[in-house]
Amino acid sequence: MADRKVDEETGVETTGHSWDGIQELNNPLPRWWLWTFYLTIIWGIGYTIAYPAWPMISGATAGVLGWSTRENVANDIAEHDGQNANLVAALLQADMTTLPENADLNRYAVARGGAVFRAQCSQCHGSGAAGAVGYPNLLDDDWLWGGEMEQIIYSVTHGIRNENDPDAHWSQMPAFGDVFTKEETAATVEYLVSLSSSEFDSNLAEEGTILFLDNCAACHGDNAMGDRTLGAPNLADAIWLYGGDRKALTYSVENARFGVMPAWGQRLSEADVRAVSAYVHALGGGE
Amino acid sequence: MAFLDKHAILEKSPTLLLTASLLVVTVGGIVEIAPLFWLENTIEDVEGMRPYSPLELTGRDIYIREGCYVCHSQMIRPMRDEVERYGHYSLAAESQYDHPHQWGSKRTGPDVARVGGRYSDAWHVDHLMDPQSVVPESIMPKYAFLADAKIDGEHIEALLSTHRFVGVPYTDEQIAQAQADFRVQADPESDWDGLVERYPGAAVSNFDGQPELTEMDALIAYLQVLGTMVDFSTFTPDASR
Repeated sequence: MADRKVDEETGVETTGHSWDGIQELNNPLPRWWLWTFYLTIIWGIGYTIAYPAWPMISGATAGVLGWSTRENVANDIAEHDGQNANLVAALLQADMTTLPENADLNRYAVARGGAVFRAQCSQCHGSGAAGAVGYPNLLDDDWLWGGEMEQIIYSVTHGIRNENDPDAHWSQMPAFGDVFTKEETAATVEYLVSLSSSEFDSNLAEEGTILFLDNCAACHGDNAMGDRTLGAPNLADAIWLYGGDRKALTYSVENARFGVMPAWGQRLSEADVRAVSAYVHALGGGE
Repeated sequence: MAFLDKHAILEKSPTLLLTASLLVVTVGGIVEIAPLFWLENTIEDVEGMRPYSPLELTGRDIYIREGCYVCHSQMIRPMRDEVERYGHYSLAAESQYDHPHQWGSKRTGPDVARVGGRYSDAWHVDHLMDPQSVVPESIMPKYAFLADAKIDGEHIEALLSTHRFVGVPYTDEQIAQAQADFRVQADPESDWDGLVERYPGAAVSNFDGQPELTEMDALIAYLQVLGTMVDFSTFTPDASR
């Protein structure tokens, strides 16, 4: 810019641009702004040296600080595991059946198990463990596969009727829709209703008693109290997994039910399995 | 400074200015994007990854069509709380056959990157039909209509071919058998040995519990495979990432 032009009014140099006679003052940038700008450039260069940044032939530069997301999360997990290491070791060695007698360890196990339960189990069994239609209530003392600590641990570890664990609990009720006539189903259902309700047709229920003894008692027992070794539910109490009205019972008799639980031993650590079992055991129904 | 004064030439010609701007942006794009295609560590080689089976891929399309990604992310970030809740953090390789990936950035519902195998098929049916029946506090809408929408895999070969076109390594055999694989995955009574051979670890199940093949089957098949392909007991993370 050989010939500098100065605005007469302000005495400030202009850029020399002129649009319809309007000219642009060429005020210098504020010093603080300019220096901040230079600093960000220097910071940027330093940053790319300190942290992973520049793409090269086979990978990016690692950065002199050796920062690694994966290492950070691994360290973070190891640090927290370390803080609980003694309790976890004790939990893994503990005799689970007598765990409630060890107040400190039990408190830790139940608290840890509660966290596991809310993250992993609540979607089916409910955040308060009261279950839903088709998903057992864990608060009561009506157990399908047993409510002792070791039995709960087994159910959590291997699950129920899943394809992933050969040791999963397994039982399958036949679908009696293929076996019974409509009348026979209705009679059986009436018998089931009679077990825990006072409003039923006694003639029909009596008819159903015979059908039940011939077809159902092998698993559910002569008095319909169920058999936990077979996962056959107790039908004599008023607790119904799939509903206890005649419509739901008819569906259950005709089509059978096939509740599945994943094998959590494949997803959770041994400590988590023990902890969540301790939690479930402590909910109220533990035996 | 005579060279710097030449900017007047650019500024006075809109065409020239646009062309030059495009050139500058192109350089930026190349520097940022191109290395991703050759850097070895952008996608690490992980054992177990396979392309989606035809039914899973159909389910994935339904997942996208229904906008599931609007509320559910599919990326477990490398942070302790996420790893404890959802499982091992997601690897880039786990989305390598996703076009487009479903990482998402907003969670109204939980992350579903490892939802596969976490619940039973029946739970997924109950939950999609009426989410509040199993999770009373959920605000998820009902998707019961999926159980009524029958599907026949009419365009399944074309769908696989399209994915092959964008880089998913579907073999000729997989495309030729697409229609058959599509059907047998939801029918445990059928002969599904070929399907499992072509897509190792594919779950064969009557996902929705109905005799007909429906969108519910496809979506659950997709959900049940999410995050299950890599066996993390044999995976050693490369700490340099």
